[in-house]
Amino acid sequence: MEFSPNIVGFACQWCTYAGADLAGNLRCKYPPTIKLIKVPCSGTVEPEFVLEALARGADGVLIGGCHIGDCHYKEGNHKTERRMLLLSKLIEDAGFDSRRFRLEWISGAEGKKFAEVVTEFTEQIKELGPNPIKAKGGE
Amino acid sequence: MAKVGVYVCHCGSNIAGVIDVEAVRAFAETLPGVAVARKDLFMCSDSGQEMIKQDIRDGLVDRVVVAACTPRTHEPIFRAALAAGGLNKYLFEMANIRDQDSWVHAHDPVGATEKAKKVVASAIGKASHLKPLEDKFVDVTDAALVVGGGVGGIFAALELANMGHKTYLVEREPSIGGVMAQLDKTFPTNDCSACILTPVMVDAGNHPNIELLTYSEVDDVEGYIGNFTVKVRQKQTYIDWKKCTGCGACAEKCPAKTPDAFNSGLSNRHAAYIHFPQAVPKKAVIDMGACINCAGRTIGSEPRISKKTGEPIYAPCEKACPAGAIDRSLALDPNGTIRELKVGSIVVATGFKVMEKENFKEFAPDCENVITALQLERLISATGPTGGKLLVPGTVNKPHTMTFVSCVGSRDERFHTHCSRVCCMYMIKQARLLKEKYPDLSINMHFMDVRAAGKGYDEYYTGARAMGINIFRGKVGGVEKLPGGALRVMAYDMEAGTPIEYETDLMILATAIEMADGAKELAQKMGLQFCGNNFYRELHPKLGPVETSVRGLYLAGCCQGPKDIPDTVSQAKGAAAAAAVPLSQGKVKIEPILSEVHPEKCSGCGICVPLCPYDAISLKPYADRPRAVIDMTQCKGCGVCTSACPSAAIVLHGYEEEQIYAQIAALTA
Ligand SMILES: Cc1cc2nc3c(=O)[nH]c(=O)nc-3n(C[C@H](O)[C@H](O)[C@H](O)COP(=O)(O)OP(=O)(O)OC[C@H]3O[C@@H](n4cnc5c(N)ncnc54)[C@H](O)[C@@H]3O)c2cc1C
Ligand code: FES
Repeated sequence: MEFSPNIVGFACQWCTYAGADLAGNLRCKYPPTIKLIKVPCSGTVEPEFVLEALARGADGVLIGGCHIGDCHYKEGNHKTERRMLLLSKLIEDAGFDSRRFRLEWISGAEGKKFAEVVTEFTEQIKELGPNPIKAKGGE
Repeated sequence: MAKVGVYVCHCGSNIAGVIDVEAVRAFAETLPGVAVARKDLFMCSDSGQEMIKQDIRDGLVDRVVVAACTPRTHEPIFRAALAAGGLNKYLFEMANIRDQDSWVHAHDPVGATEKAKKVVASAIGKASHLKPLEDKFVDVTDAALVVGGGVGGIFAALELANMGHKTYLVEREPSIGGVMAQLDKTFPTNDCSACILTPVMVDAGNHPNIELLTYSEVDDVEGYIGNFTVKVRQKQTYIDWKKCTGCGACAEKCPAKTPDAFNSGLSNRHAAYIHFPQAVPKKAVIDMGACINCAGRTIGSEPRISKKTGEPIYAPCEKACPAGAIDRSLALDPNGTIRELKVGSIVVATGFKVMEKENFKEFAPDCENVITALQLERLISATGPTGGKLLVPGTVNKPHTMTFVSCVGSRDERFHTHCSRVCCMYMIKQARLLKEKYPDLSINMHFMDVRAAGKGYDEYYTGARAMGINIFRGKVGGVEKLPGGALRVMAYDMEAGTPIEYETDLMILATAIEMADGAKELAQKMGLQFCGNNFYRELHPKLGPVETSVRGLYLAGCCQGPKDIPDTVSQAKGAAAAAAVPLSQGKVKIEPILSEVHPEKCSGCGICVPLCPYDAISLKPYADRPRAVIDMTQCKGCGVCTSACPSAAIVLHGYEEEQIYAQIAALTA
């Protein structure tokens, strides 16, 4: 069977989660790879959550937040952004390709963008192949 | 162990048409902690909710998961059902299998069903770890703020004031009135704009419950529904408004000139000026950007003494003022003054602006006889630069032929994809008024199509045709300047299927309505969001048209999207009604989705203190050392502190770590 990536998404409830709902309203198609965990703000997402998802075999992890300047909590997403460098390094240190992780700013008005991001991220992960941890588990 | 009840919704065929609901239900039943798993055609219907309540009453379940649409609309409904059934309403979690599943994966029913199983498992994982929470109630400041004093803001303020609430109306111009004050007559009844607006402006100015703060802008907003603290900056007027009687003598004597924005730049005003003749409040200001400091009277300097007479030399404005309201010796702070207001709710009614003609190179914007429709309003208004005579700008000539172009910058990928909604109608209005006044004037109107969907609007349009106004469907490709000042119009007539070309004396561009200047900055201060890049976003396009994602903040008028006066006034009254709810209740509920510090785990490192966007965290002595404490009335529950705490000492209620780890585990199982 063709590899269908399993992507865990953390979506802030004000922008990206609303954008994903809008994608539904607009019936924008995208592959059923992503499953969202709703969080108040992208800044709520602890780096450990991302590492945990990868360690448990998620093929990809997405954090979605409001565009810079639009965060419902003023600057929550600045903090998310500042953590990214560290997070990418932690991901690589844990033995994962940091391309399995993405941070995207998707507003509540960008339903189409949400669908496009998921479609494109899915394609990228398909190229990377399944999370190597799962292969180990299978041996 | 928790007893989770799972309820899967068909949502008619919205979900069941794609997802195998029974498979999802059966799968849920196998998961640990699940006590019952049921399905229903519409879980939000009475019978669906009753099913949940009954299971609670029967003691079967103590946690509830509903797999259906989105929590953004339906979470409150199901929470209320839990409460009615006798369960703490925060022991609820929703799995979004419609908006984020069946609606977007209709092409892959198998994949959609597998995804639904995972999403439901994730919700069950979270629900198993949910803890009961209690709502908090806080007192409300019984006062409202309305930002923007156009027709929308004026009506919102009047409604609130009439309901008995103290209302501050903040307007950045010296007078309230907005764009409607600039209009000549208004469709579809052709009543004179000033005649219907001025009395309402006066009412707002005199209302005992309304305090006008004009020439003012919002500097900063803090707090939450029921208790906002707003800093308003009143710009420096350089004229003592307590003394100014609005006689206009200073403006008459002021020699400095600058383009008059009220007349859309078609004429000049003085540096000392009154916004417009019917201004409320009728007070003068000095625009220091345009002031030329006559007699060397820079603000804050002592007057020079005449060598001849030994008398001080004053500037003309000072000399002219019979009320003694101008004293240029005073060192006035150019930054103005800050007023701090305490209010319980806020209505934003900051309106719009029209695009300038300079954006449209194809329409010869450098020609004086190409103007925007708003400029035409001023040109035909009795209070306008020509006293209401239609003259080609810069000349004393009446036009013989004039041309209207619709959708300039609207419905155009290059600028705005939206329809500005009022242009078709105001163009028809302008053409009708002109045709009545000048029957010999030949009027050509070019529309992409005519949108006249309001009450009485289509009749108004059909009437225009009967008056002999030429209406063409099709685009104007461009215009060419001809020697002598006329313009050659090159257009397409879709009905005849032929290109047309003719000469015209005056060209009117119905330029797009777009967000007001400063709308972005205001949004950042208030936490407002945009639809695309254009207008402020309402909470829900159908069910929350005046609310926003910030509780206690409401929208009215064109800042939310282009609309005409009837719609602006309706929305303003709606927004006022919504804004009055917390004020009349006297108390508002604060959801307990907030962060809390476990003092015994806190190391007192203080990392969280500067991170908090609301300054809600401080270090307070606790046992042997200082530890972080969160002020619950300031916290908004973003969780930034929680995620940064190195000792995992801060919990965000409703999004606790173990709850999220349970979701991750379920999604990766
Ligand atoms: C050429 C033209 C002709 C029209 N003709 C008609 C007609 O015949 N009939 C009809 O029904 N409609 C007509 N309209 C539409 C009508 O003008 C609008 O419906 C109406 O003005 C909307 O009112 P508003 O209060 O939302 O916005 P506005 O009139 O724009 O008022 C907004 C106010 O907020 C103030 N403001 C903005 N930002 C801030 C800030 N940050 N702080 C403080 N204050 C701020 C502004 O100074 C302004 O006073 C016409 C529009 C145009 C462009
Ligand atoms: S609320 Fe969306 S990123 Fe902060």
